[in-house]
Amino acid sequence: MQFLYYLDDVFTITNFALLLLGTVGGLILGATPGLSPTMAVALLIPFTFKLEPQQGLILLGAAYTSTVAGGAVSAILLKIPGAPANIATTLDGHTMAQKGEGARALQLSFLASAVGGIFGVFLLIFLTPVLAKWALAFGPSHLFWMAILGVTVIGTLDSSSVVKGLLAGCIGLWLSTIGFDDIMGAQRFIFHDAVAGGINVIPALIGLFAIPQVIMMLTKGRTDQSAEVITVKKHPIGQAFREIIAKRTAVIIGTITGSIIGLIPGVGGQIAGLVAYDQSKKFSKESEKFGTGHSEGVIAAESANNAMVGPSLVPLLTLSIPGSPTAAVLLGGLLIHGIFPGPDLFINYPAVAWTFIDSMLIGQILMCIFGLYIAGLAASVARVPHSVMAGLVLGLAVFGSYSVQNSMGDVYVMAALGIGMYFLERFGFSAAPLVLGLILGPIAEANFIQGSMIANATVGMGTYFFSGWLNWLLILIVLASVSYSIWMEIAQRRYTAKEDIV
Amino acid sequence: MNSLPRTQHIIASGLIAAVGVTVAYISFTQEPAAAYVFPRLISSVFAILAIWTFVKAVLGRTKVGKGLSGGAIKNMLPGLVILIAYAFWAAKALGFYTATTIAFFMVLTLYDPAPHNDPKTWVKRLLITAGFIAVMYGLFAMLLNVFTPREILFR
Repeated sequence: MQFLYYLDDVFTITNFALLLLGTVGGLILGATPGLSPTMAVALLIPFTFKLEPQQGLILLGAAYTSTVAGGAVSAILLKIPGAPANIATTLDGHTMAQKGEGARALQLSFLASAVGGIFGVFLLIFLTPVLAKWALAFGPSHLFWMAILGVTVIGTLDSSSVVKGLLAGCIGLWLSTIGFDDIMGAQRFIFHDAVAGGINVIPALIGLFAIPQVIMMLTKGRTDQSAEVITVKKHPIGQAFREIIAKRTAVIIGTITGSIIGLIPGVGGQIAGLVAYDQSKKFSKESEKFGTGHSEGVIAAESANNAMVGPSLVPLLTLSIPGSPTAAVLLGGLLIHGIFPGPDLFINYPAVAWTFIDSMLIGQILMCIFGLYIAGLAASVARVPHSVMAGLVLGLAVFGSYSVQNSMGDVYVMAALGIGMYFLERFGFSAAPLVLGLILGPIAEANFIQGSMIANATVGMGTYFFSGWLNWLLILIVLASVSYSIWMEIAQRRYTAKEDIV
Repeated sequence: MNSLPRTQHIIASGLIAAVGVTVAYISFTQEPAAAYVFPRLISSVFAILAIWTFVKAVLGRTKVGKGLSGGAIKNMLPGLVILIAYAFWAAKALGFYTATTIAFFMVLTLYDPAPHNDPKTWVKRLLITAGFIAVMYGLFAMLLNVFTPREILFR
């Protein structure tokens, strides 16, 4: 119950103000199509430099939580999901809005998000210390395999091609080796002065997530992309509360599905929302109404995509292995403050860790309250033309990456990686495994070298890295995720080929 | 799916394969060897997967990735030139605020669907640009105290 001890830290004036700012800002950013939670958090990192680690994390955590929920606003009112996690919300949410039930859909979506989100954070609170204690027993070989697992699972599950997913992970791992080697102090792969000190993670993250979005907006040209916002009529909040209680099966299905999916690295909110929607439809007494503006569809999807936020941070806080791209960006936010997550995070920095987690809990409630009131404003912001949005994100990306260490080299790295990532995405590569490779590369290398030294002095490389149940469990998970993804890819191709014949 | 721009895939995967092979070559030839143990491990996998992707592209078996359409290239090109000039040259040569003002205004003008012959449109674009720069100055120069290259303006 240590989280209760630090709960009052959330309510200091500065911390609470930052939590409010992150929540309201996140809701507005989340409602803006094209601004994904990952990109929003990456662009916010430079603004946390001047803050205490605890305060910076509160801001980033609040933004992460509320961007996921805020995406429902544009999904419901504009039929444009604010983030991939809100795709399932669009299916029934927008039809409800067209029927004049926009306010009801928004109220249900925020209430369901809050229920799912609170459950997810409680899971984070109770699972993290248990896993952290267990993780203390991890040696270099286990941490090496964990890092490889992080890259391969995301590489295989997040990409539509297993080979391209793994290749993107390899590119990320290679990028992480640029600069000085920690053991010999030798310079590696330095082909330009800008990368002499290695690739700084924050500018890289900003470039990899923001610049492809900017170029994507530019490819639309001078067309008017602004969607019609459906006007929201008033709806009594009490009725929405009663409806949430009455449709508790959808809330429970969404919350449990989202929480379980959140714990699996690489499986994002998009999958959580769609699986919860599908399961809720199967268990519903009114399954035929799904897709026609049925509230259970919105409730299940929104409770699922917010329930996954908390559990998705468990591997990051306990093993320093980010389970999702947004968790990877949060890791960047921790690293710039000199905090390295892992099993001893709760021993060395209990105030930072617990206040951050507590703030996510309070943030869920604030997100629900403010979401209900500023949904209309957020929808207007969502109509900002892409010409303005592209210029705005580009400016923020350049300033943000420069401000990391006042270096033009970081701006060059950000722009080069961002432009490169846009072209890679056009050819079927995904940013998530590349980012994970870049972030987990140093962890994998340090533990590989340390493990090699121990192995050479004791049992030898083969025995050290390939013996023990934990090593084998991790290796088997790596192999299982690769095999499963290959099998799914083949099945998908067969299905597509059959459809083509038909 | 097979109507994918095959040539584009060959060029893209060829470039990636070239990078993969170069990285592997450097990893296995550079000294001190101890500093390249980990790069050797990953560059081997990198090179194999990159060559595999290239061979698949040459054989026309690439199933994933839409490539780039002519329309998309035509639309993005002016913006991409602005992005490259802004990030790699103007930000340092002209100063961050001057370069950002010019880049933002150019992107806004080139991609705004509003008619160019309406004076109100230009006033609106100027006001949006001024507002954006004021916010950026407030955030970065005043709030975060980031000392950006200032060069020709804001000395």
